[in-house]
Amino acid sequence: MSYPLVVTKRMTDFPGDSHTLERYEATGGYKAARKSAEMTRDQLVEAIKNSGLLGRGGAAFSAGLKWSFLAPARPAYLVVNADESEPGTFKDRQLLERDPHQLVEGIIITGIANEVHRAFVYVRGEYPKPARRVQKAIEEAYAQGYLGKGIFGSNYDLDVVVHLGAGAYICGEETALINSLEGLRGEPRLKPPYFPAAVGLYNKPTIVNNVETLSNLPHILNQGVDSYKELGHEADTGTFLFSISGHVKKPGNYELPHGITWNELIFNVAGGMRRERRLKTWIPGGASAPWFVPSDHLELPITKDDAAKAGSMLGSGAVVVMDEATCVVRAAERIVRFFAHESCGQCTPCREGTSWLEMILRRIEAGQGREVDFDLLLDVSDNISVGLAWPPRMTTICPLGPSAVSPIISITKYFKGEILTHIHDGGCPLPA
Amino acid sequence: MSEWPEAVQERARAIVAQYPQRRSAVMPLLFLAMAQDGYLTETGMVEVAEWTGTTPAQVAAVASFYTMYKREPVGKYLISCCTSISCMLLGSDLVMHALEEEAGALHGQVDAEGLIGVEHAECLGACGGAPAVQVNYELIEGVAPDKARQLVQWLRKARPETVNTDELQQLFGGTTSFEWAIKEDVGAVGPYPAFGSFGSTAPVSAEDAQS
Repeated sequence: MSYPLVVTKRMTDFPGDSHTLERYEATGGYKAARKSAEMTRDQLVEAIKNSGLLGRGGAAFSAGLKWSFLAPARPAYLVVNADESEPGTFKDRQLLERDPHQLVEGIIITGIANEVHRAFVYVRGEYPKPARRVQKAIEEAYAQGYLGKGIFGSNYDLDVVVHLGAGAYICGEETALINSLEGLRGEPRLKPPYFPAAVGLYNKPTIVNNVETLSNLPHILNQGVDSYKELGHEADTGTFLFSISGHVKKPGNYELPHGITWNELIFNVAGGMRRERRLKTWIPGGASAPWFVPSDHLELPITKDDAAKAGSMLGSGAVVVMDEATCVVRAAERIVRFFAHESCGQCTPCREGTSWLEMILRRIEAGQGREVDFDLLLDVSDNISVGLAWPPRMTTICPLGPSAVSPIISITKYFKGEILTHIHDGGCPLPA
Repeated sequence: MSEWPEAVQERARAIVAQYPQRRSAVMPLLFLAMAQDGYLTETGMVEVAEWTGTTPAQVAAVASFYTMYKREPVGKYLISCCTSISCMLLGSDLVMHALEEEAGALHGQVDAEGLIGVEHAECLGACGGAPAVQVNYELIEGVAPDKARQLVQWLRKARPETVNTDELQQLFGGTTSFEWAIKEDVGAVGPYPAFGSFGSTAPVSAEDAQS
């Protein structure tokens, strides 16, 4: 079965030159930006609100609503979050490399809608090639008069700056990203104020949008809100890019509508399991998400609400598939290690808790686990994320700490026997 | 007074001018400082502080927060091996081991000659093409352990002035996250990202500048 493509259509139809200005314009590019230059802020905000587009960065918050919160003070800024670093996620990289003008057009539309005259594209430092491609597209747009002074012959000015990160996952959190852009350590800001739209970059109203979110905007304006909404599922309109990795035959980024089942995604779209092994478990929405298992979740439709009801989330759209030969202790340790490494260190439960969890998992895997370690994992987790509830009850400034608890919730719930075998038998029954 | 050559100072001025507040230029200028000395030196950080109106301590606080600012030499070629979950599932620990053994340097170390540094890295955004390796942040996807060894040998022998992701992928890569399709010849000349266009955006106008 095939599905209609939106943000990956151009690169699929024209793989050799989808990144060029010529191809972009020959396939309808910058029409939506031109159109938006003649629209008012209210019209644009309404259109995006009505489209039902939810932010694609992980929090799935209505993009139009976010814009409508923008405080009246000016200057206002736009910050593009291209700091994609959640383990399992590699879709923004493809959008940046293969269709950078689509993003630039999304930036122009957002800029006009929010009366922004300076936008910053924060690209993670480990993405030099994507950053170079975006920079090139920006320079081409300047040369055409689509950026800079009086864009499209209007009296509206818009400048765009590419800013490179330097290897800190936490800068994907929008207030940490803003601090990082201000030349500070990338530490999330204390809330309230909750929204950068009220107090953001340089304490000015700031819109922070993700690459995929912005890449959708030209299509919404071009094809109209109603036809865009038809693409997806009633609660989650439009398409969604899934990054599928791990033990599947065909890993990659797939643009799909919400509402298909996990079974369809893993066994059809991604080609099924490598080496014909059995599916053991999968992460449905990035390293921060609690895992799913075939016995309970394979036939669930992939929507934000169904995922939430099942105690997880679609998050960044990263699906990591693990086969029957995978040791879940080792897998959980690897994810927890990531969060321990990326913790900014401001909040004690996260800074200390993630390291403790990593240490406990490591000794269980090494065959030095103690009988109490199973409960200790849960106890430490409870100190980071009270009651181990979903969505997490926060003890920290940002959700990074509670994210590290997700793999613990998952393996203690579904794979208790495997953890205890590690402890009782003095080591891993599934060595790498 | 800046110790940087005039051309570099010009670049620094252009970078600072892009931001409404000059402190925002700390991060890009730290990369520029690394490009001068091969890594981030004390004098480099003092220089960045002068350009951005901050103190050396404030700059050091930023530099120590981010993994890509290397405050000690990491060699001419820094090899980063992703060992996060998706790469780990497809054998990245074996790739890391092969790199360490062939280079004669463990995680965070540089080889005896000071040419090649090795580190394991957290997710590099190449999960569909796991396992992934970067040389000076230029990406290679689908790297098998034997290819990782060949990569080290090649760097030792060929000693390329610039490393380029497309060339590296062709020589040492395998499965990719997606069809790359597009080639470019830009590459990295040191252990910092090859992103030559810093500071090319129009400067902030006087009325937008905030002190």
